[in-house]
Amino acid sequence: MPDLTTHDISWSRRCKNYLALGTITAGALVVTVPLFLILGTVIYRGIGGLNLDFFTQLPKPVGETGGGVANALAGSLMILGLASLIGVPLGVGTGIFLAEYGRNRYGNVVRFTADVLNGVPSIVIGMTAYAIVVLKQGHFSLTAGSVALGIMMIPIVSRTTEEVLLLVPHPIREAALGLGIAQWRTTLSVVLPSAKGGIITGILLAFARIAGETAPLLFTSLGNDYWNFRLDQPTAALPVQIFKYATSPYDDWHSKAWTGALVLITMILLTTVAFRLVTSRGVRESG
Amino acid sequence: MDEQSHISVENLNAWYGSTQALYNINLEIPPRHTTAIIGPSGCGKSTFVRCINRMHETLPNTRVAGKIQIADLDVYGKGVSPVWVRRRVGMVFQKANPFPTMSIYDNVAAGLKLNGFSNHGELDKIVERSLRQAALWDEVKDSLKKKSGASLSGGQQQRLCIARALAVEPDVLLMDEPASALDPISTAKIEDLIFDLKQQYTVVIVTHNMQQAARVAEYTAFFLMGNLVELDKTEKMFTKPSDKRTEDYITGRFG
Amino acid sequence: MPALPQDRVSSGSPPETPAGGASSGAGYNQPQQLSSSAKTRFRTSSSALADGAFRALVVACALAVLAIVGLILFELITQSRLSLHKFGLSFLRKTIWDPVVEDFGALPFIYGTVVSSLVALIIAVPLSVGTALFLTEICPRQIRAVLSVCVELLAGIPSVIYGLWGIFVLVPFMRYYVEPFLARYFAWTGLFGGPKIGFGMLAAGTVIAIMILPIIASISREVIVAVPRQQREAALALGATKWEMLRIAVLRNARPGIMGAVILGLGRAFGETMAVTMVIGNRGEIARSLFAPGDTLASVIANQFAEATGDVYLSALVEMGLVLFALTLVVNALAGLLVWSVTRGMPARSLA
Repeated sequence: MPDLTTHDISWSRRCKNYLALGTITAGALVVTVPLFLILGTVIYRGIGGLNLDFFTQLPKPVGETGGGVANALAGSLMILGLASLIGVPLGVGTGIFLAEYGRNRYGNVVRFTADVLNGVPSIVIGMTAYAIVVLKQGHFSLTAGSVALGIMMIPIVSRTTEEVLLLVPHPIREAALGLGIAQWRTTLSVVLPSAKGGIITGILLAFARIAGETAPLLFTSLGNDYWNFRLDQPTAALPVQIFKYATSPYDDWHSKAWTGALVLITMILLTTVAFRLVTSRGVRESG
Repeated sequence: MDEQSHISVENLNAWYGSTQALYNINLEIPPRHTTAIIGPSGCGKSTFVRCINRMHETLPNTRVAGKIQIADLDVYGKGVSPVWVRRRVGMVFQKANPFPTMSIYDNVAAGLKLNGFSNHGELDKIVERSLRQAALWDEVKDSLKKKSGASLSGGQQQRLCIARALAVEPDVLLMDEPASALDPISTAKIEDLIFDLKQQYTVVIVTHNMQQAARVAEYTAFFLMGNLVELDKTEKMFTKPSDKRTEDYITGRFG
Repeated sequence: MPALPQDRVSSGSPPETPAGGASSGAGYNQPQQLSSSAKTRFRTSSSALADGAFRALVVACALAVLAIVGLILFELITQSRLSLHKFGLSFLRKTIWDPVVEDFGALPFIYGTVVSSLVALIIAVPLSVGTALFLTEICPRQIRAVLSVCVELLAGIPSVIYGLWGIFVLVPFMRYYVEPFLARYFAWTGLFGGPKIGFGMLAAGTVIAIMILPIIASISREVIVAVPRQQREAALALGATKWEMLRIAVLRNARPGIMGAVILGLGRAFGETMAVTMVIGNRGEIARSLFAPGDTLASVIANQFAEATGDVYLSALVEMGLVLFALTLVVNALAGLLVWSVTRGMPARSLA
């Protein structure tokens, strides 16, 4: 028979409970340690190198101090811009397909394929961009890098687009359709606008994700010590430049790597903050 | 021995966030009888039973004030662990919730195992006794350890939950609309069961079904908008209630 | 054909709300369409055309996704056919990597990928499942928001910055503190021997662990939230302590989904490139000690692809990419299946 004489649960159960809950709490707190360590180190080691030259000058050859990564910043912006031109329309279009026409077997195939694409290691996507752009053009290029990053954006954008479109209440669609508005017009002028905030969120999220990508650029846009504004030429990009500096044997380049990291992380965090602002506003609007 | 399971409630108030759900409830629930709690939905009847075993406080932003005494146990007393209260007060919920990853046997034994009970021969006996009490033994005795708790029908699942609650030999059994999700045949079985259980347990059952209250309970309490209107013998309650509001409710004038 | 709807997308978006409002107003003024049936019919046919065009446009986008994945597979196979022909299946079990005589085998890199990822899982799984449990079940609401932002930020840090931090902070820390400690007390396992250089499998595994923490934590969290509240109540009402409730009602029910989250993390770990390349030491050898440098499929591609000369060499590297692609595909499919088995049909939000 269960013991009815005691007046509380046993001491060992109590201990086990506190021990387990304490371990879980400690584990969760430990997880935040690397974040602060990394952010702290990047700021501490990177802030010294922040000056106007860093943003406006070309890299100096080994042995000369000073110089900057202006070409890599410009290169990154161009690659990201072109990648967005590829990734955003295709991603949003796929998202609309999945939400509006994809509640069936075909939709499931597309959804599964987009998930597969999302799971493909970025370096493999880089190899594909190498094969379809670099090999055809005969040399490394800005375009090749953008194709790789653009492909990476598609599944992220399409997933968030689908999710937010599905959040648009069905009665709104029915109301519009019931008033004799064609389906495409309903989607474009009723459904999409009410999901606008969420779609922008998805785009920003994808942008933040690819902004720091290095692996797929290593053998697509390659890198460049000088300015390049041509689509078919190798182009410097900030993450690749950080990689190059970090793995070099020179102290001056190491400190440039940290400053580059500080700039990159700031860029990504600002995008993430923008993302947070957009989402919180989106929630308020819909709620 | 009867004193073991007498429930007395004094000035009980309960809140969800800033919304008050119960106002100054005072009542005595007699031991070894079935007491039904009736009232329109949202009147606080579920909240009331969930206060008895301190389940109310497991929801976020909730608060309770007042005193509940079960025999010698001061439910909200200082230093009284809610875990201990729930060990002595069993509860059956509106929707049957057996553990789907456990066998039928493990479901019934779950409470005992938590309390460090590991004598296998004894465990087998208690599981059988509890399943018999819940009138489920004959239906499941061949697949005790083979079938999952979730493989049973809705009515069987609810009886399994009753067996699980009985296995730890609680003083009090709380039932929150235990038959509202079941078909009439399963409901009848559960009602018969409740009728038998009061031999050994103090049963408090929440129901929105007045016929059910009349069938299973000796006492009935009527709640309205977070207040206790009256508590009386079921017979008297349904024939000549002392409060006008009770009469209105029972004769179907509202609710 | 594509030009027309494309134009609609860009010009149709800006005046969206007013246009919608205006046309709905117009619709209201014509309750019975019978009166203007001709007009209606004309409208219907033109809008059917536009409907078709719009539909074709989004279908084209969806087909592009299929085409891209197909293209990835196609290019990986065609570009690696030299190596596929020359080495066949022996590619997967040979340990030689010699560009001079053009003889290649992937085994050390497959080994490196799997071992560094397993080290990562051993570190990351308890921490991330703990974080998920803490966020959903224990932590007060005010801290919850802060902590989930922290986890989110951790996911946002680029791989190359993890690598940079790895080289200059983690590797020295490993060399001077962690490795001597492990060598002293756990050398008997045979996993912690040899020179303590910092760069190596252990450092790679640790960096990967930090990088996959957020993904495992966030998916585990989703799965845990999807466990119905009734299950928790059942355990509590039986007189379970909070930990017992988490064990018998939450973790037990969420187990397949958490497994899915872990496997998804494994998929990420397999493909992790930059940070690993920067701290693993880059030597394609199989060594028992976790202190020893190694190489992974992804890191060897990152290091050698741009400079690879010779068709067989290049093709062998692409085949590594193919192996990596196959590995992640299998692992992700398995993970998806497991997560789906727990969250299917459950409106996760309402059960919180």
